[in-house]
Amino acid sequence: MFDLDRWREIFQSINKNRLRSVMSGFTVAFAILLFTLLFGIANGLGNFFKGAFSDDAQNSMFVRVWKTSKPYKGLQTGRRVQLKNADYNFVADEYENKIQYQSARIYKNFSIKYKSEASTYNIRAVNPDHQFLEKTIINEGRYLNERDLKEKSKVIVIGRLIKKDLFGEKPALNKRVNVNGSSFLVIGVFSDDGNDNEERIAYIPVTTSQMMYGNNDYISQINLGYNPELSTDAAIAFGNKMERDLRKRMGIHPDDQSALSVRNMAEANKFISTVSLALLFIIGFIGSGTLIAGIIGISNIMIFVIKERTKEFGIRKALGAKPSSIVGMVVQESVLITTIAGYAGLTLGIYILSLIGNSLEEDYFIKDPSVSSGIVIGATVILILSGLIAGYVPAKRAANIKPIVALRAD
Amino acid sequence: MIRIEKLHKSYPIGKDSLHVLKGIDLHIKEGEFVSIMGSSGSGKSTLLNIVGLLDIHDEGDYYLNGQLIKDMNEKKAALLRNKFLGFIFQSFNLISYKTALENVALPLYYKGMNRKDRLKIALDYLEKVGLKDWANHLPNELSGGQKQRVAIARALVTKPKVVLADEPTGALDSTTTDNVMDLLKDINDEGMTVFVITHEEEVAEQTKRIVRLKDGLIISDELTKASKAV
Repeated sequence: MFDLDRWREIFQSINKNRLRSVMSGFTVAFAILLFTLLFGIANGLGNFFKGAFSDDAQNSMFVRVWKTSKPYKGLQTGRRVQLKNADYNFVADEYENKIQYQSARIYKNFSIKYKSEASTYNIRAVNPDHQFLEKTIINEGRYLNERDLKEKSKVIVIGRLIKKDLFGEKPALNKRVNVNGSSFLVIGVFSDDGNDNEERIAYIPVTTSQMMYGNNDYISQINLGYNPELSTDAAIAFGNKMERDLRKRMGIHPDDQSALSVRNMAEANKFISTVSLALLFIIGFIGSGTLIAGIIGISNIMIFVIKERTKEFGIRKALGAKPSSIVGMVVQESVLITTIAGYAGLTLGIYILSLIGNSLEEDYFIKDPSVSSGIVIGATVILILSGLIAGYVPAKRAANIKPIVALRAD
Repeated sequence: MIRIEKLHKSYPIGKDSLHVLKGIDLHIKEGEFVSIMGSSGSGKSTLLNIVGLLDIHDEGDYYLNGQLIKDMNEKKAALLRNKFLGFIFQSFNLISYKTALENVALPLYYKGMNRKDRLKIALDYLEKVGLKDWANHLPNELSGGQKQRVAIARALVTKPKVVLADEPTGALDSTTTDNVMDLLKDINDEGMTVFVITHEEEVAEQTKRIVRLKDGLIISDELTKASKAV
């Protein structure tokens, strides 16, 4: 296959016809550049959509309550709805096999004080499963456990930035902090992929909070992680059913969104996958259109080139060139040009995408645009194939022209 | 070397066809120096193209070196051309982006010879036509006579049995015409069969046998003074 003389012929031909080689190369390079950029930007958009929700678990659901907005069974509008432990247990029992994680959540706003440093922070009283729902990353120590809940221990897990505020660079683990007048033991420090506010939060056991602040069984919110084996549609159905069941149980109008609602990540997931699919279709359509335009462009140039060289082929044939050697020469030249130019376009595209990086995330919702190695390999194969086709079809025709006709051509 | 019997050839022109060769019988022995004369349209170029395997005849038989030429495909024709035939054209037909040396070496490339050998042989042949010093010049840096001499070197480089020359002096002035004819004579003296097509009497007279063609038929076939002189 490797024939040094053949390559010498090809390089000579390319070198002596620089303009047309550059032109045909440019067509391909440009097509591939556009293709790469389009796919990269589409990926970036997809990454943004995925990233926008990734700070919480992909399967998370929230049961939220507020005030009723519709009268129901003699109860007035504006009634304050309260979730209690009984509701929490109802959900746990009723939908046991549809739930992967479950946690209650009570919101508090307390000052936390260590020595002379003090500030007010969001404090969430939760169950141990909350760690997985919020994707909390433990940097030091541990998260809350069942024993803390059972014993209603006065322990606290603080965010990385609370530690920074109160302790500076000093260790915080196993130190006691003053939370709203009571002494709590710091058992862990966490970080979170979300924004900074997510790291200015502290977690305490839900039972401790209920005992210390009001001694009731109230909870603010129920957080769930639906069973990941459920399909998106099944998860949405589950969310809707739970919403209906809870409204019924708590005497709320079946359509009262304000009083009780279930926010379900499955719906967001479905939206994202629909949008991503639509995006993929659009990009696929435009991208392949660009590639095809590029291939047609180089085919045009090759047809012209071969017409221009018909006489040369006639001479070569008169001197003893077989048709196959002429076809081979043209195809090899065409594949060489498309491959090199295509790679140039591809590399340039990847380089531009890496320059863009995350700089467009704020304004244009494009995060980390890049192309996968699969796309790169696919594009390379398409390039070589298009070079083959673009060279082969016209070369075959030219090679089959009778030499006497070819010699007469000018 | 070349034996042609009752050769016919027509070209389609629209719905009609133009009957160019109307039954040619011609026998050329090895080592002959033949010229084909005729006005334009007499069919002499068509005859040369068929003899040179650049075109296919319709009827009749054509034997090249004892081999019946029949059912030729391009591949077989290419091999035979490379092996037996050398071409010299009126318009030289050098490849413009190759140097004189590379042009001469090209037939050897298609013979499958390696680069070093073929460049060496090509240089020998350029020396033979007196253009060794021009080996690395491109065709557009050469005069018409020089280009034709390069083309002759290219035709000879494979040591063909037959050299076919289609109006080899048609684009040259009288001095260079004489140079080219002298070269062809030398080739013939070395034993190669030379087959020249021309419409110039002075050129034809320098060959050893003149075949006159008119309207697709041979009207005369005679030896020249040049042949009797030998």
